[in-house]
Amino acid sequence: MNPVYEKYIKKESLPTLFCPGCGSGIIQMAAIRAIDQMGIKDEVACVSGIGCSSWIPCYLDLDVIHSLHGRSLAFAQGLKLARPDKKILVFTGDGDCLAIGGNHLIHSAARNIDLTVVMVNNRIYGMTGGQKSPASLKGMKTKTSPAGSLDEPVDGCKLAEAMGATYVARWTTAHPIQLEKAITEGMNHHGFAFIEVLSQCPVQGSSAFGDKTPAGMLKNMKEYTWIKKKGEAPPPDKTVIGLLVHRTDRLEYTDQHVLMPGGTSSDKPIEPAKEKRGMPND
Amino acid sequence: METQKTLPAAKTGQTAVLQGNEACAKAAIQAGCRFFAGYPITPSTEIIELLSSEMEKVGGAFIQMEDEIASACAVVGARWGGKKAMTATSGPGFSLMQEAIGFAAVTETPSVFINIQRGGPATGQPTLSGQQDIYQARYGSHGDYEIIVLCPSSVQEMYDFTIRAFKLSERFRTPVILLSDEIVGHMREKLIIGRDPIPDFPDWPVPVASPSEDFFTGASTMVEGQLHDDQGRRIGHLPTQSGDFTHHLCAKIQDHMEEIADIETYFMEDSDVAILAYGSVARPALNAVKQARGVKDTRISSRFKIINTLFRRGIPAAIQSDYSHLKVGLIKVNSVWPFPEEALQKIAENIKLIIVPEMNMGKYSREVERALRDKVVVSMPKCGGDIHTPQEILDRILEEVGVRESRI
Repeated sequence: MNPVYEKYIKKESLPTLFCPGCGSGIIQMAAIRAIDQMGIKDEVACVSGIGCSSWIPCYLDLDVIHSLHGRSLAFAQGLKLARPDKKILVFTGDGDCLAIGGNHLIHSAARNIDLTVVMVNNRIYGMTGGQKSPASLKGMKTKTSPAGSLDEPVDGCKLAEAMGATYVARWTTAHPIQLEKAITEGMNHHGFAFIEVLSQCPVQGSSAFGDKTPAGMLKNMKEYTWIKKKGEAPPPDKTVIGLLVHRTDRLEYTDQHVLMPGGTSSDKPIEPAKEKRGMPND
Repeated sequence: METQKTLPAAKTGQTAVLQGNEACAKAAIQAGCRFFAGYPITPSTEIIELLSSEMEKVGGAFIQMEDEIASACAVVGARWGGKKAMTATSGPGFSLMQEAIGFAAVTETPSVFINIQRGGPATGQPTLSGQQDIYQARYGSHGDYEIIVLCPSSVQEMYDFTIRAFKLSERFRTPVILLSDEIVGHMREKLIIGRDPIPDFPDWPVPVASPSEDFFTGASTMVEGQLHDDQGRRIGHLPTQSGDFTHHLCAKIQDHMEEIADIETYFMEDSDVAILAYGSVARPALNAVKQARGVKDTRISSRFKIINTLFRRGIPAAIQSDYSHLKVGLIKVNSVWPFPEEALQKIAENIKLIIVPEMNMGKYSREVERALRDKVVVSMPKCGGDIHTPQEILDRILEEVGVRESRI
């Protein structure tokens, strides 16, 4: 077993319930490497919702809340307010975060509360057997859209950015090194960090990435995406990945909050954040 | 903009005149609650308004969430961060909180939920009172679990029971619901504040089947909403272990009914007829009993706690009244859930007729009927938002006694 993995995994909880070829293992490893590299094992807690991706932290030797469907951000905000001195890493999925939990994403991003959210987007409800999700592409055939999905997919990154998230990035499971870096940056970032990870579901959602094999899906993910470069316009047919938003002009929520770590009131006044919207995205 | 409400200055052991909701907020602080998440809803709003300023004075955290679902979830999250936490709501919000209450039950998270009841269902009667959530408080979340529900009938009880709710939730590591209503929440009465100091966290919780170490203590606590073992690993797919877990959830509370059950009795020593009431309805019920007994004194009570040690103080000589022949007593149930069956059977041993007035279609009376099969249990429902008057209760007793006597 990989020595870093061994340090963080609870062996008695294995095997994981991820299907062969699932992208969650890559994301789990990226998170483990980020935590290990930062040396914050005792300073971080994980919160997740319900769905395949929400099982990612459940095998880790950390403090974890495996909460309710859609509510990971609500639990995480309570935990963060109780312990503003600690780092909270949230694992959620496209259904968990954009459908049932969409309201919590909107409001936690608006608060700019210091959470790091890893939203695993496989464009499908995998755990329940392959129904369409809010991130399913238009026309995608699933078990609940046999003639093709009528809905436009919800873009979690754009939503988070619009609501004022101060760190937004998108990567795929075909970019594990960049993903690890993004999770590290997100946790170092003092504010609401939203990281979307496009991830393959070879069992339920093969139509999302145009191949049936995990390897083919990973290959396609590289092909379908374009890494954001300053001053360059993205190709119209490609999904923009990379660092999308990084702002430092907003105050973090718990900093403005009268409560400070240790339970003493702060004299810091509540300042309105300077609004600077419409930053170039893609 | 309206200025922030603040509580009238009230020190430990001092008397104050407060609203029920204000007393609840004050008690939460006294009980060591250091996290409040909520969403405004009539008639519970005074609690969130007051705690928005009071919480900060004691170094606690307050947040107004985007909805009641988020509020309930944040409360559970905050408790794992080591802060005693609560939220307050009313009917529609209480419905939204049910999933998180179930989560708190299954993860054995101490947490306090205040429900200032209003008439329902749906938007129902935002400004009027009711006791229609009595079953929802007990059975609101899906699945099997046991929960503790306390029902205050005065501002003092609003204060005392809020503190007790925190104690019980830490002791039994369970969500506890304070089921109040608009009448008690909004009435102003004299109360005595801070009579006993509250220990920060009791060091005597009952044995639990879930990980219980707070976060960031090095314990790597796994809080799992699926049925789980003591390490937080899922067992939901294992029938035998899952069954045992569900039994544990119920037994850890049911096995301690002697400690939890709280029933007050008035004039029950020689009574043939009893009124059984809880919450605000216990007030007109007590008044009815006093009228029947021809007693004017307002401070007569005896608290029954399983051990049958009834004591009374200062009962003046009874004045002859129109109802003196009835021999009416009052059973006031403070801990409505779990249903204090055994205690009730003991109290009502010599009673023939029990009237159960409640501000709903007659719900709790079914439980009373089930527990006291050999007694005549008469439900006295009242819906619409008005509370029963003492006269209505007395008339009903006369009517029922008359019916029974004419049958003989």
